[in-house]
Amino acid sequence: MEYFAQQLINGVTLGSIYGLIAIGYTMVYGIVGMINFAHGDIFMVGAFLALIVYLALAALGVAFAPLALLIVLVVAMALTALYGWTVERIAYRPLRGSFRLAPLISAIGMAIFLQNYVQVAQGARVKPLPPVVRGYFWQSEGGGGFVVNISNVQVIIVLTTIVSMIAFWLIVTRTSFGRAQRACEQDSKMAALLGVDVDRTISLTFVMGAALASVAGLMYLLYYGVADFYIGFVAGIKAFTAAVLGGIGSLPGAMLGGLLIGLIETLWSAYFSVEYKDVAAFSILVIVLIFLPSGLLGRPEVEKV
Amino acid sequence: MADHAPAHPSSPFMAALRNAFITALIALGLAAPMMGLVTVQGPNGLRLEPHWERVAIAVGLVFLGRLALNLTIWRPDAGRTRTQIPPRVEATLARLGRWFAPVAVALAVALPFLPGVERYTVDLAILVLTYVMLGWGLNIVVGLAGLLDLGYVAFYAVGAYSYALLAQHFGLSFWVCLPLAGILAAFWGVLLGFPVLRLRGDYLAIVTLAFGEIIRIVLLNWYWFTGGPNGIGGIPRPSFFGLDFTPGPDGFAATFGLKFSPLHRIIFLYYLILALALITNFVTIRLRRLPIGRAWEALREDEIACRSLGVNTVNTKLTAFALGAMFAGFAGSFFATRQGFISPESFVFMESAMILAIVVLGGMGSQIGVAIAAVAMIGGFELFREFKDYRMIVFGAVMVGIMVWRPRGLVSSRTPSVFLKEKKAIAGSLVQEGHG
Repeated sequence: MEYFAQQLINGVTLGSIYGLIAIGYTMVYGIVGMINFAHGDIFMVGAFLALIVYLALAALGVAFAPLALLIVLVVAMALTALYGWTVERIAYRPLRGSFRLAPLISAIGMAIFLQNYVQVAQGARVKPLPPVVRGYFWQSEGGGGFVVNISNVQVIIVLTTIVSMIAFWLIVTRTSFGRAQRACEQDSKMAALLGVDVDRTISLTFVMGAALASVAGLMYLLYYGVADFYIGFVAGIKAFTAAVLGGIGSLPGAMLGGLLIGLIETLWSAYFSVEYKDVAAFSILVIVLIFLPSGLLGRPEVEKV
Repeated sequence: MADHAPAHPSSPFMAALRNAFITALIALGLAAPMMGLVTVQGPNGLRLEPHWERVAIAVGLVFLGRLALNLTIWRPDAGRTRTQIPPRVEATLARLGRWFAPVAVALAVALPFLPGVERYTVDLAILVLTYVMLGWGLNIVVGLAGLLDLGYVAFYAVGAYSYALLAQHFGLSFWVCLPLAGILAAFWGVLLGFPVLRLRGDYLAIVTLAFGEIIRIVLLNWYWFTGGPNGIGGIPRPSFFGLDFTPGPDGFAATFGLKFSPLHRIIFLYYLILALALITNFVTIRLRRLPIGRAWEALREDEIACRSLGVNTVNTKLTAFALGAMFAGFAGSFFATRQGFISPESFVFMESAMILAIVVLGGMGSQIGVAIAAVAMIGGFELFREFKDYRMIVFGAVMVGIMVWRPRGLVSSRTPSVFLKEKKAIAGSLVQEGHG
């Protein structure tokens, strides 16, 4: 039982990270109708930028961890958002209205570019970061048995995710930008006729997706303490799986899907085999798409003649 | 970048300068942290090492590049001068195009005996032809049937492992295994195609990607069967109708009274893959004219219309998957016999992306386009081997660039298989290749 509880806690932590990345996929899919294949690599870029900013702050002598993390979060979000904006501007905007495969191929090209760009710029070695946040938030008093731990890092990850989700949710539901975004999602031509700047809205969508991905990148860095140029690919596919599982286009769905994928992966590694954890996640994707093509919370796609 | 244009454009040059300056500022923001501060492993943990010279070079290049583009191609008064090819030139090109394929095939056949051709060139040609074959095979699925498959390399892997395992455990020869590998790969194509019959477009793409990854992970972890990450070595080489390419008295060279040379096997492999690729091409061209090929293309254009007209979409899709997979299986067993060693590392997603890129960049409906794209990409890739990591950056950038510049691929005209009175090519944008 204690073992299960521990895995549950780990799964929720991992799921939060996937959920944050999944939102970027689901938002872009909702508004442009394409898989932003480079989003996983934007997440990787976010993790690297967070690492660089953190090290720069350490070199400057900012020793107080909460302050440093806050600055890292804000700066990394801004820089990663710039990457997201540029990627959209270069690789996707010229292809708007082109045939369906073109943006996907362009996105795969961008993903390859970003991966190798980071590899050349920062080296191919895995970058280890000593734990920034230590200690435990809560520990069960197990009399010699299995002790359930909730570490401070896990609390920070879950809390940051909740806070950024709420902030993001408020932006989408309460601001004029959010309204414009939802309008473009439903019918971008009509929205354009009514005076919504569609290009700008799409750009901002990419910016927000990238910012959330960089939050996920920082959380990943804190949780695992390592980063390399290849983390984006697998995390990206799993986050996409999460977005599909929750129903693509649906924001709460992305979060729910992320949590589920995180739980499935953790529990599978705990009880069955670590080697096949990715197979478990991908099989879930296949099964969901076959039996529930619109996901858990998504709207069914109507095919028109 | 139009919104940054000044309200009172003083002169086109100033506007271009200003625009280039803003672009350079953005490039500075992108490059400064990532390229300027390099994380290095020091004695006590990671530390940063400044490399501002790289940032300066990158930003300078962006500035000059943008300025040059602003002053030439993207000039505001340049207008939309889409260069129309004059009809006479176009007719000449079309006449040349008709000769292009036979000349290319003749050149390919003569290649090993051309003067100045060394072992390296033939090796490279074998590699290129493998990708040409894979591209043509994938073209059946993506170009003809319009099903976007991102896990094509899985079938390539099935073919390679089929041959390797059959040869190792049962001692079967290459010529027995080749059809078996094709059949097994086709079987897997049907097996993986069956669950995704209802899926379309991007969903189909991502599920096929997931299948590709699942197969790779299984190959990686199923130690006792596939050898895991160590792969399978010592795969037997192909024989020339039972004659091995060995220096002994029973070898190929001795039988034909030739002096033994290791080049014989290379040349034999070259002709083998050339024949396999040409068979793929021939079958594809013929299939397009058969009812099944027409059904594929109809399915690509409109699935609902197909179903209402009585086309069995299940069979149509499954045959497309199966045939595409079969050719990948052939190519896979050829790959295994050429390398003599296979491991899951050869079947990563990058390979699928590469094959798909070849197909899309070449122009999906065009067999010649796919071949040209394979030659350009794999050849270019090999040419810049010294630049290792940089060539991958360039590869990604070129993929984006070609999509932006020519979304329909290098050869963007299509030849319909059915026509009224006069046969003529149509623009690629009129068909739904890779649609769903």
